Amino acid sequence: MKVDIVTIGGGPAGLAAAIAARESGVEQVLILEREPELGGILNQCIHNGFGLHTFKEELTGPEYAARFIEKAEALGIPHWLSTTVVDLQRQGDRLLVTCVSRERGLQVVEAGAVVLCMGCRERPRGALNIPGTRPAGIFSAGTAQRLVNLEGYLPGREVVILGSGDIGLIMARRMTLEGAKVKCVAELMPYSGGLKRNIVQCLDDYGIPLKLSHTVVDIQGKERVTGVTIAQVDGKGKPIPGTEEQIPCDTLLLSVGLIPENELSKEVGVQLSPVTNGPTVNESLETSIPGVFACGNVLHVHDLVDYVSEEAEQAGKHAAAYVQGKRAAQGREIPLKPEGAARYTVPAAVDPQRMEDQLVVRFRVSRNIRKGLVQVYGDDKLLYTRKRPVMAPGEMEQVVFQKAWLTGGEREIRVVAKEEEAK
Amino acid sequence: MKAYDVIVIGAGVVGAATARELSRRQGRFLVVEKALDVCEGTSKANSAIVHAGFDAEPGTVKAKMNVRGNEKMDKLSQELDVPFQRVGAFVVCFSQEELPKLQELYDRGVQNGVTDMELLTGDQARALEPHLSQEVAGALLAKTSGIVCPFELTLGLAESAAKNGVAFSFDTQVTGVEPGEQGWVVHTSQGDFSARAVVNAAGVFSDQVHNWVCEEKLHITPRRGEYCLLDHTAGNHVSHTVFQLPGKYGKGVLVSPTVHGNLLLGPTAKDIGDPEDTATTAAGLQEVLEKSALGVKDIPTRQVITSFAGLRAHEDGDDFVLGESAPGFFDAAGIESPGLTSAPAIGEYLAELITEKLGLSENPAFDPLRKGVPKVKDLPVEERAALLRKDPAYGQIVCRCEEISYGEIRDAIHGILGAKTLDGIKRRTRAGMGRCQGGFCSPRVMDLLSQELGLDLTQIRKSGNDAQIVLEKTRGEG
Amino acid sequence: MAVRELTCISCPLGCPLQVEIDEAGQVVRVTGNTCKRGEVYGTKEVTAPERTVTSTMRVEGGAQPLVPVRTRGDIPKEKIFACMEAIRQGRVQAPVQLGDVVLPNVCGTGVDVVATKGVAGG
Repeated sequence: MKVDIVTIGGGPAGLAAAIAARESGVEQVLILEREPELGGILNQCIHNGFGLHTFKEELTGPEYAARFIEKAEALGIPHWLSTTVVDLQRQGDRLLVTCVSRERGLQVVEAGAVVLCMGCRERPRGALNIPGTRPAGIFSAGTAQRLVNLEGYLPGREVVILGSGDIGLIMARRMTLEGAKVKCVAELMPYSGGLKRNIVQCLDDYGIPLKLSHTVVDIQGKERVTGVTIAQVDGKGKPIPGTEEQIPCDTLLLSVGLIPENELSKEVGVQLSPVTNGPTVNESLETSIPGVFACGNVLHVHDLVDYVSEEAEQAGKHAAAYVQGKRAAQGREIPLKPEGAARYTVPAAVDPQRMEDQLVVRFRVSRNIRKGLVQVYGDDKLLYTRKRPVMAPGEMEQVVFQKAWLTGGEREIRVVAKEEEAK
Repeated sequence: MKAYDVIVIGAGVVGAATARELSRRQGRFLVVEKALDVCEGTSKANSAIVHAGFDAEPGTVKAKMNVRGNEKMDKLSQELDVPFQRVGAFVVCFSQEELPKLQELYDRGVQNGVTDMELLTGDQARALEPHLSQEVAGALLAKTSGIVCPFELTLGLAESAAKNGVAFSFDTQVTGVEPGEQGWVVHTSQGDFSARAVVNAAGVFSDQVHNWVCEEKLHITPRRGEYCLLDHTAGNHVSHTVFQLPGKYGKGVLVSPTVHGNLLLGPTAKDIGDPEDTATTAAGLQEVLEKSALGVKDIPTRQVITSFAGLRAHEDGDDFVLGESAPGFFDAAGIESPGLTSAPAIGEYLAELITEKLGLSENPAFDPLRKGVPKVKDLPVEERAALLRKDPAYGQIVCRCEEISYGEIRDAIHGILGAKTLDGIKRRTRAGMGRCQGGFCSPRVMDLLSQELGLDLTQIRKSGNDAQIVLEKTRGEG
Repeated sequence: MAVRELTCISCPLGCPLQVEIDEAGQVVRVTGNTCKRGEVYGTKEVTAPERTVTSTMRVEGGAQPLVPVRTRGDIPKEKIFACMEAIRQGRVQAPVQLGDVVLPNVCGTGVDVVATKGVAGG
């Protein structure tokens, strides 16, 4: 089978990319989705808070997904559900996408371009090397969310949550509403990784304590969790002896970070950033492999789905231009360098000949900043500066980059996040 | 009271190997196991190494069983459809002064009958294994050393035994063994059984079982070893198992590829009192990471996906206790490293003793072959496509990290000794063993277990009876 | 005059609000907000706090056992648990359409609980 564009994934990124590609005039777009329905992780995110930027109203996850699913269906974009891509290879100027499903068996789909939209996964316990026993009752927050919201089962009655990322906070409220007692949320860092509003409406509303600079140092229970020990940590994240507190509980939920799922990207040879764990992309959201584009959480973990959709729309358009041969001739790529508290930038390079008049450059900061500045330099020339009263690692920052800023002769572009007073 | 010719206590690798060897003979054989599955004790959490045999003191039972067990592994792994690779092992030392100790190991290996060993300089070793640290001053290369999947080996042995007529009773805790009219009475949580002979393969509890019966007492110290397992992306970091010579940094830890393409680091060694304490500790895991870095450089420790601890049954006499300790009571006690390697030889040896004792005759129907759950992911594309046409369930991926299908999980549930728990599925198919550690697939595997076994989700266990995963329905009955 | 410090939950920005309240408990002024919604939230939060509740309801005869639901608008904060209980007791017959009212006027709040996803018959 041959198509113009395949999106690997039918979550928010895959849907928006496919829609944009189709609307750009590409005839054959195919969405490959491993789950039995479109929408991705949004299906289990039944809470509200999605879509304020895109639709100017607060939607739940399924409602947000439905808007895109309806549009994809109206456009007649085919999707293969319960279909897992097991291999991705480049052969000449075509991409071979090998996928398996019950319905179609093993298929090799030949595509002109591929948009990677595989999303991300949760970091498991092992990645933290939390000592203790290995009983039942330890779940990543997303697994618990699925069990509660899709399957209708309560994974625990007395709960400790490690990690104050948004999923952890959302699950603290969800478990409470379902009758469980959430004893505390422990957070390794001195600040929460989640949105401020979620601290208020998920923890404060229900009197759930947030213990910053704390981590789980031991798990007890032979078959089912019977308790955990938490301890305060020092500035380097090391537990401080003598601060241990044993908390009886039957469940430990982990919300300790998300990792872009790039196993397929690696198979096709896509270059990955060690900072984001996602592909390094240029202004067209194209990876190091021609014709392979990336967007959404597989590219870098986003804080809001609205930005995923926006980014995916761009990726879809670029993929369309690629297969239609409508792209401007390739010019010289200027690398974007993060500086100060900026940890990375997406994209990591721009080709002034190919960039549109405006380009959204997204990044995250490595620490909490009050009275901050975001600046862009072309070599040593200041191109842009903006005050940011508050910047936090849990929230994505962006600069709307103007093509007009560039002469085209820059060696590098620096994106700087820092405190105002810092020189 | 149900009567058997032989009752084997314990469905670890030693019990399973003994049962399989017994099934070459005619008789009524029963394996009793307190857990819900095979391989739930010492056999499941160890280094997964098929040792060459240069470690053990010449003349010990350990030395003999190790070398014999190693020899048997090629044929056995083929018969049982169990992954086994002779990747070879290095023992490395960090100073010129320690080189004579490598020579000692080499000589000991020769005495034990180990073949294919070589002494190498640090540079020669690094040429073969580029990530060996610059500090490595010399190495012993043992080419017959290998890696195996301990669970699949145990399951393969047990399923082969079951296929050839051995009965298995899980969830059956032995509470006592007493002399009886037919030889022995084995008291269990599922009632009493009589047997003409009993095999004690009770792992860290083998002293307890032995001491019920024998005058001369044994004493086992559970010795805990902690490990870290790294993702596939780190699996090629070394291509051989790398041991450290006990020396200036104490007893070292090993770094080894696994048959499933992961990288394994460990173990520590700590004597503990509690034979069930498999908790990992911060200090232990730290030690694993620090010590493994001595012999092998640039280990990508950020790729750690899980850590675990196992117990070795260390007997005070520092050797395997093997043989007929009371009339018709056969010990396989104190089986610590290299127990996994030795198990096939131990089984062979004990079965021969028992055959002689009871006068068992050959089982003409014995079939040495057993097939495991197919590893669909590893099939060539054409074969995979053909299999999917034949049975579409192999096309529905349930575990995305390890790429395990509905069909494979279904097969694991309906195998000869089928999986009943989430861990049982994980060990048979690797679903949930990958980088997300079951984050995505465990609810789906639970659904599958509930469908195939006709259970509600609240009845699905992780491993033991008390390891309930979800506690109640949030919305009552539909 | 008292000042209450709040974090606005109207959108992900999470503006820090200062709500000035007079002796009679009346809101005098909201500051720190970057949009109108912040002012509304700040005023409500100190006088009659409200929240949207999202949960799931059991589906009878559906392709899936549960349908996600929400209160169409905010309900008084103190009625959250009563609303949850009503949802827990509720049953809805498949097929369900997105937007279907599955529980009208929940707990007398005047707010309907609606399905946030369609569920086909099973």
